[in-house]
Amino acid sequence: MTEPQVEPRVERRRLSHELPATPASPELRAGREGKIRVATISPCGCWGCNLSMLDIDERLIPLLDKITITRSSFTDIKRITERAHVGFVEGGVANEDNIETLRHFRENCDVLVSVGACAGWGGIPSLRNPIGVEECLREAYVDSPTAVPGAPPVVPLHPELPLLTRTVRPCHEVVHMDYFIPGCPPDGDAVFAVIDDLVNGRPVSLPAATRYD
Amino acid sequence: MRGSPGSRGYEDLPEAIPSTSGRERSGDSLYRPPEPGGPDARRCSTGIGADRTRLLDMLWDLQDTWRYVPEPVLADLAPKLGTTLLDLRETASFYHFFHDRYAGRHTIYLSTSVLAQQCDYDAVLATLERETGTLIGGVDPSGAFGLFETPCIGLSDQEPAMLVDSIPFTRLNSAKVTSIIAGLKAGHPAVELADPEIHDSRTVEYVDSLVESNLRLPGVVFFRPDPYPESFVERLLTRPPEEIVEILAESELRGRGGAGFSTGVKWRMVASAPGPERYVICNADEGEPGTFKDRVLLTRSPRQVLLGMIAAAYAVGARHGILYLRGEYSYLRDYLEQTFEEFRARGLLGTGIGGRAGFDFDLRVQRGAGAYVCGEESALLESCEGKRGTPRVKPPFPAQSGFLGLPTCIDNVETFAAAARVLEEGSRWFRAVGTEDSAGTRLLSVAGDVSWPGVYEIEWGTTLGEVLEHVGAPDAHAVQIGGPSGVLVAAAEARGRRIAFEDLPCNGALTIFDPTRDLVDITRQHLDFFVAESCGICVPCRAGNVELRDFVARLQAGRASRADFARALACADTVRRASRCGLGATSPKPLLSTVEAFPAAFEAKLVDERGPLLASYVEDEAVVPADVYRSVREGRR
Amino acid sequence: MSVTITVDGRELEATEGETLVEATARHGIRIPTLCSSPEHRSVATCRVCTVRVNGQVVAGCTVPVRDGLTVELDTPELRDLRRQVVELLFSEGLHNCPSCEKSGFCRLQAVALDLEMTSSRFPYRHPRREADRGSARIWLERDRCILCHRCVDQVRDPDTGDRVFAMVGRGPGARIEIDPDRADRLTDEQVANAVELCPVGAILHKGRGYRTPIGQRPFDVRPVRERDLEAAVDD
Repeated sequence: MTEPQVEPRVERRRLSHELPATPASPELRAGREGKIRVATISPCGCWGCNLSMLDIDERLIPLLDKITITRSSFTDIKRITERAHVGFVEGGVANEDNIETLRHFRENCDVLVSVGACAGWGGIPSLRNPIGVEECLREAYVDSPTAVPGAPPVVPLHPELPLLTRTVRPCHEVVHMDYFIPGCPPDGDAVFAVIDDLVNGRPVSLPAATRYD
Repeated sequence: MRGSPGSRGYEDLPEAIPSTSGRERSGDSLYRPPEPGGPDARRCSTGIGADRTRLLDMLWDLQDTWRYVPEPVLADLAPKLGTTLLDLRETASFYHFFHDRYAGRHTIYLSTSVLAQQCDYDAVLATLERETGTLIGGVDPSGAFGLFETPCIGLSDQEPAMLVDSIPFTRLNSAKVTSIIAGLKAGHPAVELADPEIHDSRTVEYVDSLVESNLRLPGVVFFRPDPYPESFVERLLTRPPEEIVEILAESELRGRGGAGFSTGVKWRMVASAPGPERYVICNADEGEPGTFKDRVLLTRSPRQVLLGMIAAAYAVGARHGILYLRGEYSYLRDYLEQTFEEFRARGLLGTGIGGRAGFDFDLRVQRGAGAYVCGEESALLESCEGKRGTPRVKPPFPAQSGFLGLPTCIDNVETFAAAARVLEEGSRWFRAVGTEDSAGTRLLSVAGDVSWPGVYEIEWGTTLGEVLEHVGAPDAHAVQIGGPSGVLVAAAEARGRRIAFEDLPCNGALTIFDPTRDLVDITRQHLDFFVAESCGICVPCRAGNVELRDFVARLQAGRASRADFARALACADTVRRASRCGLGATSPKPLLSTVEAFPAAFEAKLVDERGPLLASYVEDEAVVPADVYRSVREGRR
Repeated sequence: MSVTITVDGRELEATEGETLVEATARHGIRIPTLCSSPEHRSVATCRVCTVRVNGQVVAGCTVPVRDGLTVELDTPELRDLRRQVVELLFSEGLHNCPSCEKSGFCRLQAVALDLEMTSSRFPYRHPRREADRGSARIWLERDRCILCHRCVDQVRDPDTGDRVFAMVGRGPGARIEIDPDRADRLTDEQVANAVELCPVGAILHKGRGYRTPIGQRPFDVRPVRERDLEAAVDD
C-alpha cells in the first residue's frame, strides 16, 4: 500500500483576474482614452501565437496610436482592467483554469479572435485526446521511465493546481468565438491583417497567405 | 475427424461445430462441415468451385461451420480464388453476420428496431444476458452463446424478435427466452425449439411454424390463388418478348423498391442493351425497418414472384437469374429453392421452358449477410459478385451494365409479383386500379400502435385516414411512411393525404406511433441505424450522419441551442444533397421530416444560451474528478 | 463531339463525354476535387466537387458532359455545401497540419484553404486510430485518411495486379488496410507514386520525410487552384 498523499486544504484557488491590482495612473489613463482596447490570453498554448503578434514589427508603432493593449503577456497585466473591444485567444481549453479564464474573457471582450491551431482545433495539447487522460497521467507520473524506483508515485493533485479536462477542446466549443486565424503559429501578416481590419471597421478578411501549419 | 484442427497451423482455432441451422436436406446425409483448411472443398464438388463471385456463400459456410470467419482459413482460400487475403477480408468485414472472432456455438441476434424497443425489449434483453451469461455484443466464457444486436429483421408485427442460428423466434418475453436458452443448453438445435413438430424446411408449414404471415387484407393483385404456372407460361409464349415489354409499359406499373421507375421502360432498356448475356435479379433484401411485406409475399405467393421473373427473363432475353434474399430471411431459402425445384420438374425453369426451344432460364438464391445498403440495386449487384455492398456510380445503370457488367433487370419482389398479375389480366385492367400516376395496388407492412398489425393490400390513392381506420389505429399521432428513409407525418394533418407516388409515396411500410411515443428518441434511433448501415465510402453520409445523431443526443440531454439546431438542419441538407447514393440521400429524413411534422417536439428541448459557456459545454462533465487522479496514483485501473 | 455547356451563365465549348470537372478546367474554371484529379478519375467518394447541374445537385466528377448542360458552381449555397463537406473531414479525422509531413503537399489542406475554411463548425472528434508501420517502406497513418479510395483503386502489385490497399469494415468504422507483403514488392517509383496519390498524409514513405523543406513545397508556393488548372491545360 502506498502512503496516502496529504492534500492540503485551501479555501479556493484564486483566478488570475481576482488577483490584486494597482490602478493605472491618471496620465496613463488619459493617454488610453478613446483607443481600442485589445487584450490577449493564452489558455493552453505555447505563447507562439502571441509572439507572432510581435512579428507585426514596425507596423505595431502606428497601430499603437489606435489601440491600447490591456491584459496581455506584452504588458504583463494579468487581469482585464476594463472591458476590451477585441480579445485574442491562443491555446485551447485543457483544464479548469483555462475554462475560467476563457469564460471571464468572453464576458469582458466584445469580439473574440481564435488564434492558431490550439485555439482552433486543440493543437498539440489535444494529441492527448485519443489516448485518454488516465493513460496519460499513468504514463507521465506512474509508469514514467524517470519515476524514482520504489518511491510512491507523485500525481499532481493539489487544490492550488487546476484539474485537467477529460479532453482538450478548441475555444469555440467552449464559448462563442467571432473570428479564426489558423496557423501554428499564424504569421505576423495574418495577425496584422485581422487587427487592421477590426481597427478600421472593415469586414475581417484573411490574407491569401493563411496556412494551417 | 469432424473439424478437429489438423496439422495445418490452425491450433488456435476453437473446434469447429457442425452447423445447427443445417437441418438434413434431401439427398444429403447429415450436414458435414468442410474440412479445416479446405473450406471450399464441399462447394468445389457441388458447383461453386473457385468462383470468386460466390464468395458470400463461401463466407456463410465458414461462419456456419466455425462460428466465425477465421483468417487462416481465408488465407488458405485466397489463392484458390486467385486473390489475396486482404481482398477477402475486405468483403467479409463489410457484412454484419460475418464475424472475425468466435461468435458462439449459438449466435443470437436480438432485433433492436424501434418497434422492438416499444415492446418488452428491456426485459427480453436482460433475460438473454442473464441466461446466456454474456452482455450484448459478446460471447459467454464457455463459448456457448454469442449475443448481438441487429437492426429490424422484418418481423415488426411480432416483436420482440430474435434470430438464433438464423432461426427466428418472435413475440418474446422473459419466460419464453428462458425456455429457449434452456433448450439450447440441453442440446436442442434452435430449429427444433422453434418448430417442435419438425416440418420439412422446404414446406410452407415449416415457415408458418416459425413466423406469422398476418395477412390482413388481400386485394386484387396480390395473394390471389396461384395462377396455374403452365398456362401462364403458355400464354406468355404466345406473344413475342417485345409485346410483353409493351404490356408492362402500358400497364404503367412502377417499381416498388422506392424509386418508382416504370417497369416496362426498365425491361425495354435491358432488352435493348447490348451484351452477350442478360440477367434478371429479384431484390428480396427487404431491409427497410418496419417492412415485411416481401417476406409474406415470398411465403404466400412464391410462384407468382417466380412467374414474374420468368416473364422478365423472356421479355429481356435473360438466361440467368438471382433471387437476393436478405440474410435475415435465411429460413425461407429451402422453401424458395423447393419452389424452383418444382418449376424445374414441371419444365418451367431450365432449358426449353414451356416447350419453347431456346427459352432457357434458371436462377439461384443468393443469401445476403446483414447490410441494409445492399437493398440499393447497384450495391446488391456488387454483393452478388462477392464484393462489398458499395453502391456504384451511376450512370451506367444496371439495365445497361449490371451483374458482371451485363445488362440486368433488377426489380423488387412485389414488382415481379405485380408484373405476373399484369400479364394475367392485361394492362388496361391493371391501369384501371389505383390513381393517374400510380397504377395498381400497394402492399403495406403495418405495425406499431395498431390493433391489427400485418400486411394489407391497398389501392394506390387510398387516404391515410382510411388506412388508419382499417388497421385499427384510432390513437395514431405520428405515422412513419416508408420506414426511416421515407417520411414521418402528423396523423392529424395527413389523414386526407393519398398514398400514391403523386402525394405520399410509400415504400411498403406504415409504422404508427401513438401520442405516448417519444418522437425525438425515435429520430435518434433511426439516425443510429443509418450511421451503422452507411457503407462509409462517401463523406457526407459517413461523417454527416454521425453529426446528426450526436446533435439529437445532445438535444435529448438538454444541451442543444438554437444555433446547434440550425447547424444540424443545414448539415442534414448537405447529407441529403451531396451523398453518393440513395442511402445517404434519405438518411437525414428521420430528422428533416420529423422536424417538419412535429417542430414543437424539438423546439421544446432546445435550450437558450445563458452565459459565456456554450450550452453544449458542461464544465462539470468536462473536468476530470480528483478521484481519477487518486486511482491513477494508487495503481487502480 | 463539341458541345456547349453553361457554367454560371458563361457558355463554354466542351467535348461530349469528358467530365464536368475536366471540361471546366480547360476554360480556367476550377471545381475543387479531392478524390479525383486530372490524372486520376475516381469513384466519387469525397463529394467536394458538388455542383448543381440542370437543377440537380451532383458530384461534378461523375457528370459526363452533354450539350446544353446548365451548371451552377459558384453560388453562396454551393460554396457552403462544399465547405461543410471539407469541415466534416477535418472533424472526423485528426488533421494535425503543424506536425504532418505532408503539409504543403497535402491536397486536403490546399483545398480547405482554397475554400477559405478557418475552422470546422462540427465538433472535433480527435479519433484514436492505429497506424500501420508493418511494411518496409510505407507508413500508413490512418489519423489523416479520408477514405478517398485512390490507393485502393490504383496501387497494384507490379506482377500480379493484386491490390495493395483495401477498405475494411464499414460506416464510420471503415478503414484502409495495407497488404505488407505486396507493399514490399512495389518498386520505389510505385511507392513514391502511392505517396503522391494520397491526397492527405496517410501514406508516407519511410525515411524520406522533410526532403523538401516546409515553405518550398508545391502548395506552399502555388495554390491548388492554379496548380489544378495548369495540370488541366497540360493534359
